[in-house]
Amino acid sequence: MPKSAYEIDQQSESVERYIVVAWVDNEAGVLARIAGLFSGRGYNIESLAVAQVDDERNISRITIATNGTKQVVDQINAQLLKLIPVHKVATYPIDDTSIFRELALIKFVAESDTLKKAEQLCIDLNSIILDKTPKSFIAQYLGTRREVDSFIKTIKPLGAISISRSGALAMKKGPETVKDNKGKVL
Amino acid sequence: MIYKKKLALTYLKLDPIQTSVKFNLREKMTNQLTGAEIVFKALEEHGVEYIFGYPGGAVLPMYDQISKQKKIKHILVRHEQGAGHAAEGYARSSGKPGIILVTSGPGATNTVTALTDAYMDSVPLVCITGQVPTHLIGTDAFQECDTTGITRPCTKHNWLIKDVNKIAETVHKAFHIATTGRPGPVLIDIPKDIQFQKGVYKSSKEIEIDNKKKIINSDLTNIEKAVEMIVKSSKPIFYTGGGVINSGPEASKALRELVKLSGFPVTSTLQGLGAIPGDDHQFLGMLGMHGTYEANNAMHDCDLLINIGARFDDRITGRVDAFSPNSKKIHIDIDPSSINKIVKTDLSIVGDSLTVISEMITILKTKYSNFNSSNKEKISAWWSQIETWRKKKSLSYKKDKKLIMPQQAVERLYELTKKQDTFITTEVGQHQMWAAQFYKFKEPNRWMTSGGLGTMGYGLPAAIGVQLAHPKKLVVDIAGEASILMNIQELSTAVQYRLPIKIFILNNQWMGMVRQWQELLHEKNYSESYTEALPDFVKLAEAYGAVGIRATNPNELDGKIEEMMKINKPVIFDCVVKKDENCFPMIPSGKPHNEMILGPDDEEEISEEGKVLV
Repeated sequence: MPKSAYEIDQQSESVERYIVVAWVDNEAGVLARIAGLFSGRGYNIESLAVAQVDDERNISRITIATNGTKQVVDQINAQLLKLIPVHKVATYPIDDTSIFRELALIKFVAESDTLKKAEQLCIDLNSIILDKTPKSFIAQYLGTRREVDSFIKTIKPLGAISISRSGALAMKKGPETVKDNKGKVL
Repeated sequence: MIYKKKLALTYLKLDPIQTSVKFNLREKMTNQLTGAEIVFKALEEHGVEYIFGYPGGAVLPMYDQISKQKKIKHILVRHEQGAGHAAEGYARSSGKPGIILVTSGPGATNTVTALTDAYMDSVPLVCITGQVPTHLIGTDAFQECDTTGITRPCTKHNWLIKDVNKIAETVHKAFHIATTGRPGPVLIDIPKDIQFQKGVYKSSKEIEIDNKKKIINSDLTNIEKAVEMIVKSSKPIFYTGGGVINSGPEASKALRELVKLSGFPVTSTLQGLGAIPGDDHQFLGMLGMHGTYEANNAMHDCDLLINIGARFDDRITGRVDAFSPNSKKIHIDIDPSSINKIVKTDLSIVGDSLTVISEMITILKTKYSNFNSSNKEKISAWWSQIETWRKKKSLSYKKDKKLIMPQQAVERLYELTKKQDTFITTEVGQHQMWAAQFYKFKEPNRWMTSGGLGTMGYGLPAAIGVQLAHPKKLVVDIAGEASILMNIQELSTAVQYRLPIKIFILNNQWMGMVRQWQELLHEKNYSESYTEALPDFVKLAEAYGAVGIRATNPNELDGKIEEMMKINKPVIFDCVVKKDENCFPMIPSGKPHNEMILGPDDEEEISEEGKVLV
C-alpha cells in the first residue's frame, strides 16, 4: 500500500504495452528533450523510431514503445504535450484497431548446407533476401514485434550472426488521423 | 563623464555635417545591429527594468551594452545563484518576468538551482547565458559547458542560438513561453561570436508566435457541472494554491468573491497564501504536513473538494490512498499534466484561475440566485464541526519567561508590521513553516518562499528582488541561521544598491527541521545537524556595512523589532530563540490527514514504512 505520493499505487491497474507517437519540430535537441523526459520521470522506452515525415513543415514523427498503467501513459501524453516543439501526441494500445510494424535485418554466415536451409526457411517465413554471397546472406523481415521475435527465435540456430531491428511504427486503422490535441486534457 | 557628454552634444548641435554623418550611421544601425544590441533592444521592448547578473568572458559584448544604455538597470549580485533567486523575488512580487544575465560555464551552472526552483514553483524567468564562440563548442574550451543540455530538465524551454538573425525572434518567444500558461523559467544560450555579429532586429509584432500552443479555453459545460456539484454539496472545501496567485491579483479578488458567495471554508497551500486574507473567518489556514488541525480534518472529511490552482503535492496529501477518502474532487489547473497525476479527480477543468472562477460566479449568480441564503443552512452542521476542530488551537505553543519562542518571534513580527504593506521572503526549514503559520497575509504577491524545491539560501536574494520591485515597502526575509549562510554574500549586493531589506534570523543553532526529523524519525540521532561554529551575526552585518541587532529576551523583542523597522538600511536581526522547539502540528510521514501530531505530548511511534519517506 502506498504511504505517500512517492509510492502511488500502480498495482491496482495493470501494466500494458503502449505505442506513443509524437509529432515534433525537427530541431536540435528535440530527441534529447523527449528521451530526457522519459528517463527523468522514470518512464520506460522499449523501442524508438524517429524520422522526418514532412519536409515542408520540418516535422518528425517519433514513435516510442513503452509500458505502464493507463494513468502513467496518460501522464506521458500530458507531459509530452507540454514540450514546446511537440505538436501533437497519440497513444495506441496494442490491439487490432491499429497497425504495428517492425523491421529486422539478419545476416547469416554458415556452411553452404546450413545456409541453403536457412535461406529456404527465411523465404518460407515471408522474408526477403537482400544480399547473397557463397558464405552469407542478409534477410529482411517485416512484422509485428511478436512476429519478429518468433522469426528471430526460429532462424537463430541456423547461423544468424548479426541482427538489427528497428523500433516499432504504428498507425490507426481506417480513415481517421490524429487531430491536434495540444492544450487539451486527454 | 556627464560633463564630457554635454560637451559632445553641444558640439553636435554646432556642426551640421557631423550631425548628418551621425544620423546616417544611426540609420544604418537600425538595420544592422550586433547580436548583443539586438538582445538589449528586445529586452527593452518587453519593458525590462532590471537585469540580475554577473559578468564574465563569454558575455562581455552584452555587458558593453549595459553601460551604453540607461533604460535597463543591472544589479550586480555576488553569486549567480543569487541572481536567479533575486529575479524570482522580483517576478513573484511584481507579476513581471525576472531577467538573469550570466556567463558561460560556471556562470550558467550556478544558476541551475534557481532555475529548478523557478520551474517547481512556476516563476517566469528569462535567463540569458553567454557561451564560448561557435567554433569552440564541443572542444572542452575554457568555461565551456553544455548549458542547454544541463538546463533542459529545469526550464520550460531553452535555446542555443547559432544565427544572429534568430536572436530577436528567440527573445520574444522566450518572454511568451515564460509568462503564458503555467509560467516558468526559460534560457537562451548565446555564443560570444554571435553576440558580436551583425544582424537584423525584428519587433515582437513581426514574429509569429504559434497560437495553438496557448491553452484552449476552458470547457464551459464542465464549469457548469462544477457549479452544480458546489450547489449540491453539504461538506465542501476550497483548496487553493499558487495558481491563483500566478493568475494575477484579480484572481484573488474573484476567489474572495466566490468564497463569500458560497460561504464555504477555504484552505490554502504554502504558495497560495495571501489569496484569501489570513485573518478571514472562512480561512482555515494552511493545510498539509504543517497545516492546521481544522484545515487537514476538513480536507479529510469533506464531501466536495474544489482544488483551484494547486497540484496535490506530497506535502499536502500525506498518505495518498487515505487522502480525502469520501469526497468528490474538482481540479482546476492551467497545466493539463497536473490533472490525474497524483489524485484522480471526478471533474477537471483546464484553464486560468481567474477565467474559471469568474465563470463560476456568473453561473452561481444567474442560475442559482438564492444559493447564498439556501446554502447557509445546508452547510451549518459542517461549519460547527469545523469550529470544534478550530477549538483545538493547533498552532498554540507554550511561552517561556526567559527564552524567545520562535513562534512568538514571528507572531510579534506580524503584529508589529501588519499595519504596513509588508513583503515576506523565507529560507527553508522550521522558520519557513512558522512564518507560513503565524504571518497572516492580506494580499497576494506578499509571500515569496521556495516551496517545491525547498532551496535553503532563497530568501535573502529573493528579498533583494522584491525590494527593487517595491522600493518604499518593508521587505523582511524570515530566515534560519543555517539557511542564511548559504547565500549570505548577497548582503553585499543589498548594501551596494541601498536596499533596506531586513533579515530576521530565528537563530537556534540547529538545522531545525533536520533536527526535528532526527528526533521524531531517527531515534534522536542528531547527526551533523548542529552548527558548532556560527558567525557573530551582528558583527557580520557590520562587516558588510549593514546594521546588526540581537534579541535574546522576550521582553526586548518588541522594542528591537521596532528599532529594526526604523532603520533605512539593510539589517540583520539575530533573534536568539529556544533551541529545541519543534514545528507542530505535523502529519508524520505515511499518515493520513486525520492523524496529526499536535504537540510534544502527542508524539507516537512512526512506522518503519513511514521512516523511509522523505
